Amino acid sequence: MIRLIPRVENSTAMILLSPLLALTLTAISAYLIFVSILVDIEVSSVFYTLFVEPLTDSYYLSELLVKAAPLMIIALGLSIGFRAGVWNIGAEGQYVIGGIAGSAVGLYFYDVEGFWIIPLMALAGILGGMFYAGIAAFLKTRYQVNEILVTLMLTYVAVLFLSAMLQGPLRNPSGFNFPESRLFHDSALLPIIWEGTRLHIGLVVAIILSLIAWFGIKKHIFGMQIKISGSAPRAAKFAGFNDNKTVWYSLLISGGLAGLAGLFEAAGPAGQLTPGLPQFYGFTAIIVAFLARLHPIGVLFSSLLIALSYVGGENVQIDYDLPKSITQIFQGMLLFYFLACDILIKYKVVLFKTI
Amino acid sequence: MSNIRLRSILKLSLLSAVLAFTSNVFADPVKAAFVYIGPTGDHGWTYAHDQGAKYLKAQMGDDVVVTTVESVEENSDSERVITSLARKNDIIFTTSFGYMNPTLKVAKRYPDVKFEHATGYMLEDNVSVYSARFYEGRHVIGKIAGRMTKTNVIGYIASFPIPEVIRGINAAYLAAKSVNPDIQIKIIWVYTWYDPGKEADAANALIAQGADIIMQHTDSTAPMTVAEETEGVYAFGQASDMGAWGPTSQLTSIIDNWGPYYLSRVQAVKDGTWASSDTFDGIRQGMVKFAPMSSAMPLEVKQEASKAIIDVMTGAVHPFTGPINKQDGSPWLAEGETPPAYPDLLTMDFYVEGIDSKYPN
Repeated sequence: MIRLIPRVENSTAMILLSPLLALTLTAISAYLIFVSILVDIEVSSVFYTLFVEPLTDSYYLSELLVKAAPLMIIALGLSIGFRAGVWNIGAEGQYVIGGIAGSAVGLYFYDVEGFWIIPLMALAGILGGMFYAGIAAFLKTRYQVNEILVTLMLTYVAVLFLSAMLQGPLRNPSGFNFPESRLFHDSALLPIIWEGTRLHIGLVVAIILSLIAWFGIKKHIFGMQIKISGSAPRAAKFAGFNDNKTVWYSLLISGGLAGLAGLFEAAGPAGQLTPGLPQFYGFTAIIVAFLARLHPIGVLFSSLLIALSYVGGENVQIDYDLPKSITQIFQGMLLFYFLACDILIKYKVVLFKTI
Repeated sequence: MSNIRLRSILKLSLLSAVLAFTSNVFADPVKAAFVYIGPTGDHGWTYAHDQGAKYLKAQMGDDVVVTTVESVEENSDSERVITSLARKNDIIFTTSFGYMNPTLKVAKRYPDVKFEHATGYMLEDNVSVYSARFYEGRHVIGKIAGRMTKTNVIGYIASFPIPEVIRGINAAYLAAKSVNPDIQIKIIWVYTWYDPGKEADAANALIAQGADIIMQHTDSTAPMTVAEETEGVYAFGQASDMGAWGPTSQLTSIIDNWGPYYLSRVQAVKDGTWASSDTFDGIRQGMVKFAPMSSAMPLEVKQEASKAIIDVMTGAVHPFTGPINKQDGSPWLAEGETPPAYPDLLTMDFYVEGIDSKYPN
């Protein structure tokens, strides 16, 4: 029989090395899979396209950052809540509601020029996401309803609401009745920070937010509160921390950030509100948060890694006619090895015979 | 569709690039790319486009290099995929409505690349649009459904309430009604193009509501499988012949035949004659075809269906011929009147009178 016994002391070196170890293991497994199924393709060039090209080609690099920005913002919020043991699984829904709210503001001021439009849209996006996550917080604190279920189920409602809005009030009046909004006017589009690409201000915001979160968790009393609430709920109670407050803060922060990411997606690379707004960022961000071990700075890196797998996977599909599932297999392996390595850091494997 | 070859051809084409630049006529293979919304194995919409791409390759052989990308979501990712393709190809077919704005954005940045957007409405100097008059096919299967149903209830699995889908529902209903005044149509909106689970659930729900004929405007074979497993239920395939999934239940199938169009457009690029165009073809041009009719259909029904096909082909009958009222009773078409493509057909956002279902809003 195999047992996992908690280690007394975790090796700091291994904690830092384990992501690299997981990457190496993923690469080896991917190599073996590629070699076994792709007889007539040079595996090293597939690897180049998958891992290196997105980093060396300026266009793909910009797209990598475009893809990573919303993941960073959402995962940042989630990691704060997850630390406190508040499980917001429905960031996707808050992202959608934020996107709708912010876009509605942008469309309301259609053709109005002004530097204030984008900040107003961002505010609406944040409030939209907060409101939506707030429903779960209310139900949890008032009626003890499990926030996992509420946030997850509300995601489906959000997607249907988006489709209703695009069939109705937000539909492009001259769009042949297709469910899409107008293209946003210039004042409602995010400033581009890299000329000639789609890279927008959202990346800068994401980095600033992660620094704020890092500082907040380290220095602010709330950081202490969520940490203790998450790891030792009883102790938190004795310390006088309010459970309900933790729930509210966690959900409002993660919901607000998800809403902001939704608005950034609509006003950034999409440039309009479409039924394609929800694209699993809210769910992918859960993986991103855990890959970062819920650390605000780690989130920056893990979102880049996941974004790399998307962009590289697309290119492999285009250049080598490989199916899309290759990307998914790759992501699955990566997560598997990351978690496996983490387990082995915290626990040791003990083999013993049953009597 | 080997992309390995693409590499070596790319190198070769560098040499002849100057030639192509000056003469505008391609000495080397045309590089054509296709962007698909679903997996090529859906046996529906994407499968039909992929068959078109395969036809193109088979016809042009070494004169074309074809690249395909499947399951490209209709969101900001699609702009990146289209851009990647624009860097390496001469002509790009984006085969779903949601690619419209991304296609236009990329087309602006790559003025020398030709773009063809399916089911859209925005033309540019280097962007064509093309679509098929699927409602003509719906007209034919509507006639068959009206005759074949015993419960007088048609179940319709609809994807998104866009004009193309609405046209299909209205055309099928009017045709069924013309041969069977008692016909009813039940519609379930699944808000997806491809989700076998949801489509199967919808098919089951429709059967539970009394439908014994299933029509689908979604792309998987799941509804056909449900029909096959349910006694006394028939179904119509979508986009390709789904007979393999419904050997006894498929009555016929509306087949999207894109191949000849793709061939003509890519050939035009090769000849240097490509120009932006707006194509909306139907049965007459061969863009809409049918799978063989089921042996379950009595001879008269087969004959009636064949006549409907010929009538539409010759233009003797238009699937939308007045008098037709809208669902709320307001008049749409007067006696003998037929609608223009624009705006009536291309922006259709209402049910016709008699459909007992709330318009999704």
